[in-house]
Amino acid sequence: MRIEFLYWEGCPSHPEAKELLQLVLDERGIDDPIEVREVVSHDDAVALAFPGSPTIRIDGRDVDPAGAHAPPSMSCRVYRLPGDRVSPIPSRQQLEEALS
Amino acid sequence: MNVVHTAPAFELPGVDGRIHSLEEYADAPVLVLIQSCNHCPYVLAWEGRINALQREYAERGVRIVAISSNDAEAYPADSFERMFDHTREADYAFDYLYDESQEVARALGSERTPECFVYDADRRLVYHGAVDDSREESEVTTHYVRDAIEAALAGEAPPVAETQPVGCTVKWRT
Repeated sequence: MRIEFLYWEGCPSHPEAKELLQLVLDERGIDDPIEVREVVSHDDAVALAFPGSPTIRIDGRDVDPAGAHAPPSMSCRVYRLPGDRVSPIPSRQQLEEALS
Repeated sequence: MNVVHTAPAFELPGVDGRIHSLEEYADAPVLVLIQSCNHCPYVLAWEGRINALQREYAERGVRIVAISSNDAEAYPADSFERMFDHTREADYAFDYLYDESQEVARALGSERTPECFVYDADRRLVYHGAVDDSREESEVTTHYVRDAIEAALAGEAPPVAETQPVGCTVKWRT
């Protein structure tokens, strides 16, 4: 399984998101490494089709497909959660679904 | 940046089509300035609570004013035009102003969105920082801004005067 974790240092949510991702991976006994990549420029964001920080892809598929095709941006990513809530990180449920 | 301990003067356009100044809010016993923007998920997570605060304290004259200073060229979602749209969508009960020159953000010493500045009737800063202690509303245990408003209305010092604001960075022009 390929697990990509893309982030931009300017958004403070990436440590929390990576911690949650690792937790979900551990719970499922998945020991594939997380490929961490820092996005450092707008050119980087364009080249990586990076819609915001953090972006997590499992075998190339975004854990939040609804937000995957937003324009490349050096910004915090918006994750829409059930109950009309908004979060700067994906939910545990989104990560679990992406890994199942 | 260093936070300034008195409310800075400003004269900024709002999404209501008017120009708003610090003097306009002179009658408010408490003024809350919030560095904000349209696109940041932290703002989106907190804005409902900010709106609720304005609605709750309107009768007591408290005014909340959100100010967006982000570079709209680099972040088009934060343009003045998009501020109109966002205000309608989110049904803001407070004024939302555009600080295109970023001078007010610099005067405030802002670094994040959202970042709150609560001023008493004399426009002295009584609280600076986050809205409350969790972006997840169900997990909030301490309501920093609400507590500061209540304290300022009572002429007292708030229980907490400073916290670390949590949010996106202000998008400065380069």
